[in-house]
Amino acid sequence: MDRAEQRARLITARDAGRVGCRSCGLVAPLGQRRCTRCGAALQSRDTQSLQKVWAWWMAGLITYIPANIYPMLRSTELFRTTESTIVGGVVDLIHYGDYAVAAIVFVASIVIPIGKFGAIAWLALILGRPHAQDTHRLHRVYEVVEFIGRWSMIDVFVVAILSALVQFETFATINPGIAAISFAVSVIFTMLSAQSFDSRLIWDRLKEGTPA
Amino acid sequence: MSGRRQTIACPICDTMYQVDDEIAVRDTRCIRCGHRLTFGRRGAIARVVGLAMTSAILMGLAMFLPFLNLTSGRNTVSASLVEVVGGFADGLMVPLAFAVFGFILVLPLTRFVLLIFALGPVAAARPAFPGAALALRWAIVLKPWAMAEVFMIGVAVALIKLSGLATIGMGSAFWVLCAVVLITAYQETFMCRHTLWTELNSARA
Repeated sequence: MDRAEQRARLITARDAGRVGCRSCGLVAPLGQRRCTRCGAALQSRDTQSLQKVWAWWMAGLITYIPANIYPMLRSTELFRTTESTIVGGVVDLIHYGDYAVAAIVFVASIVIPIGKFGAIAWLALILGRPHAQDTHRLHRVYEVVEFIGRWSMIDVFVVAILSALVQFETFATINPGIAAISFAVSVIFTMLSAQSFDSRLIWDRLKEGTPA
Repeated sequence: MSGRRQTIACPICDTMYQVDDEIAVRDTRCIRCGHRLTFGRRGAIARVVGLAMTSAILMGLAMFLPFLNLTSGRNTVSASLVEVVGGFADGLMVPLAFAVFGFILVLPLTRFVLLIFALGPVAAARPAFPGAALALRWAIVLKPWAMAEVFMIGVAVALIKLSGLATIGMGSAFWVLCAVVLITAYQETFMCRHTLWTELNSARA
């Protein structure tokens, strides 16, 4: 039996009138509320999945705006206070010649969040109706988005460590700005958005006749 | 043990499989989406529990040992991880301090404790504690929210940013936390959900 033939014989738990546990994998009869093995709530398909995705996505986008407008860091040196935003911090690093660190911060705080907003919206739009996309590609995008989200927190941690360490100094202080909180909240919202996807939609919404 | 069959569904794409024990001791992947269904490593439970205990103990040490040493002029100050995170906890920034504290210390530590609680008795061939299933489920749910490794990159970036201002040395807790990150990554390679749940279930019955 070759792979294509093998694939054609696959049936899902829903096809078989049953429901698979997403936590431990055990299959239960349809209509059972909780998994007997791990106790997780059972749901054949999360029909509200895309609504949740969009809701968290919008919340994340809204909090991402103040995160970029307001200062991430407020540093005071001899009575002079300077404020720097996320982009400003990256520009400063380039100015001091720390190109590698500038690249890390740029990727973690700008490229990943914006890329993630785009990728989640793209997936949610495609999965909103029957699609003829390559399921493997959709699945890969979904996995990357889920994996990469937490790495955006780097900048929040940097701000935390900087402000804590510099408190031990006498001539300078660094305080986190309001953008640090907005950014942290934005990262949390987009992580929740990615987790709200019901990955089974990728295969459910495949148009008939498209090779899986 | 041979001949035991279980019906499982792929958590990613819902394809259903009949898995018997002979297959579950090997690596298996879902034919349709490629999700790993079983890692099939024998002794996975004992390793997960052992590594979680190691991490938990190291994490406890890392909290109170000096994390960073700051030298400017003739003054040297060392700050523990708790001091580093709690250092800016005033006014508006209290929620931020709580979040950072939770992500880098509380949640990773909680995961280790949950894993030890759920799987420790199984590894020791004793009946599982009541609530073990709930504990294991939460240990899996919390995984993306435990961010010790992200924090370590943040520390590296902060050190480079501060390098002009003062001389900063890494304290022992810094290296201990590095070890925790590596051990946790190694432990995750043994986290075969199918094996963990099957073993836990037979220890409960």
